Amino acid sequence: MTQRLNELRRSLLVSLWFMLLTFPIMVIRVNTITGTVRWRWTNLAVIGIGSFFISVVWRYAMQRKAGEAQAVGILSRVGERVGAGTKKIGAVLDIPKVRTRLVGGLLAAAVAYPFLNSMYHTNIMITALTYVVLGLGLNIIIGLGGMLHIGYAAFYAIGAYSYALLNMYFGINFWLALPIGAALAGLFSLLIGLPQLFGIDMRLQQTTVFVYFIMLAVVILTIFVVHRLENSRIGRQWVAMKEDYIACQAMGVSIAKAKLTALGIGAIWGGLVGVIFAARTTFINPASFTVWESVIILSTVVLGGMGSIPGVFVGALVLMLLPEYLRPFAQYRMLIFGALLVTMMVFRPSGFIKKRRKAYTITEAERQSVIKAELEDDGEVEE
Amino acid sequence: MVLDVQKLTMDFGGLRAVDHVDLHIKHGEIVALIGPNGAGKTTFFNCVTGMYKPTGGEIGAGRPEAEIQSIKGLRPHLITKHGLARTFQNIRLFPEMTVLENVMLGRDCRLTSGILGAIFRNPRTRAEEEQVVKDSLVILHKIGLENWANEAAMNLPYGAQRRLEIARALATEPFLLLLDEPAAGMNPHETRQLVELIRRLRDEENLSIFLIEHDMSLVMNLSERIYVMDYGKLIASGKPEDVKKDPVVIKAYLGEDVSA
Ligand SMILES: Nc1ncnc2c1ncn2[C@@H]1O[C@H](COP(=O)(O)OP(=O)(O)O)[C@@H](O)[C@H]1O
Ligand SMILES: [Mg+2]
Repeated sequence: MTQRLNELRRSLLVSLWFMLLTFPIMVIRVNTITGTVRWRWTNLAVIGIGSFFISVVWRYAMQRKAGEAQAVGILSRVGERVGAGTKKIGAVLDIPKVRTRLVGGLLAAAVAYPFLNSMYHTNIMITALTYVVLGLGLNIIIGLGGMLHIGYAAFYAIGAYSYALLNMYFGINFWLALPIGAALAGLFSLLIGLPQLFGIDMRLQQTTVFVYFIMLAVVILTIFVVHRLENSRIGRQWVAMKEDYIACQAMGVSIAKAKLTALGIGAIWGGLVGVIFAARTTFINPASFTVWESVIILSTVVLGGMGSIPGVFVGALVLMLLPEYLRPFAQYRMLIFGALLVTMMVFRPSGFIKKRRKAYTITEAERQSVIKAELEDDGEVEE
Repeated sequence: MVLDVQKLTMDFGGLRAVDHVDLHIKHGEIVALIGPNGAGKTTFFNCVTGMYKPTGGEIGAGRPEAEIQSIKGLRPHLITKHGLARTFQNIRLFPEMTVLENVMLGRDCRLTSGILGAIFRNPRTRAEEEQVVKDSLVILHKIGLENWANEAAMNLPYGAQRRLEIARALATEPFLLLLDEPAAGMNPHETRQLVELIRRLRDEENLSIFLIEHDMSLVMNLSERIYVMDYGKLIASGKPEDVKKDPVVIKAYLGEDVSA
């Protein structure tokens, strides 16, 4: 009982704190024309009560979750391993046959998409694919590298601006000196500009399809690269770093280098997509790259499943396509996002599709052959 | 000499955890550092391996065939690369990585392939990765863990986890192996196996061994020289039979549970 009271007291404190924080924006309204100040006390009440209830619900959910975790304890870990084959979506993707078919089907659908749908839908899909790449890029930083990054749109912006400036002052490419994304920016700006370069007169319809396929190619390239990185020396460093960074550096891994690598590679994708975005819209301004962009990209990663390629894919598609097709709800997007994120964090913290690491394993035959070779080596030395 | 520590001092605010400690290890020796709980042994290890930046003193280390170099204040991964590898008092494995992967990570500081190699998987990178797997398997075989290769590290029995930490440390190709209470929590059978393993490593792997240990019988049985610390200071050093009889050492251990 006292614990309940304690929880309520904490929630009360939270709501007071929120009221204080939002006071200047939500309560005081200065009318600069008439020079009067309006005090909107009802707002204060709404915020106070609202944050109090959200806090209570949040605490209750967290407690329930903690209780569950305790009750199940070690058993759940074992169960996860045993039952993994049938239950988890991510696990289904591990079955080679399912995987090949799924990937083949998706690819065919993706290639056919622009021919079966109108330009309007193709354009929406381009935007969605853009966010798939952005999500995958940010995923390298937070999902694999284990860092929280909330300014990802900046990389996106850098890519976009490097394109814009390259285009304006062709040749004066000082932006190429920008550390991130700019080299690729140049390359892709050429690719996008290809039709103009050769004077090919494309109609809008064709241009859209062209950009769509560039975007699709970038998505595939991104998945390929992320996949290769995951299953490499650097991927191993990232996993180890997240599991125990003290042990990891004690085993000779430079944490700074591993983190910077994740940051750098992640940023390149942001830059890359920025270039395509700028080329597509032909007009960019700082308002195109707000914190809001970063939040959306971060949401795709968190919702989809940190570290999971299919997860981020699904997350980006859901977050980008739903609002487009549910126009009537567009004005509640922020609210729905927030609610969705909070709910997910409480009940499904690993996202739609949980990351399933492909562990490095060896077959019995490989093991035998290595051990045999080793024993023979020893024999030679001793003789 | 492979390790030469002079007047090493480490302060935490007002607390002097290590106080002007001199210590050296010759090539091929098994040396133990003992002392009551809180004496500063782990802190001493942490200074030598770069986890802490020492407040004062000098630390030199080098392969037996090379010159000794100062490693004081170097970052931990560079010290590992220099050839000192350690285990932890509280096991610190990568729990969800497989046993094989744990050892593979230990090889990391001897690898050269980079990002482009990872993306393009050129022949050199592929060959290096294959070699890593082979080398790691061979190490697991030596430590007697190869049957566990594909198992997640967290699923190993306790004694095997401690040995996996040693395997992972060996993978870094050290000339000096630093073991922080390697027998802690082991049953007598596991402890006997450990003693045998440490001896074998010293003999076969051209290693020197520096261990912190609480288990007195293990220390007396295994080490060739002993250093004793108490309240951050070195209070005795020498052969096991001499240290055992030293009244200062007996007094330091009096306040403690001597069953350890
Ligand atoms: N990071 C730290 N910060 C503050 N004090 C520490 C830290 N590490 C160790 N100490 C203190 O240093 C002393 C020696 O600890 P430690 O080296 O762990 O002892 P031992 O390994 O001999 O049992 C203890 O009093 C401990 O509390
Ligand atoms: Mg200790």
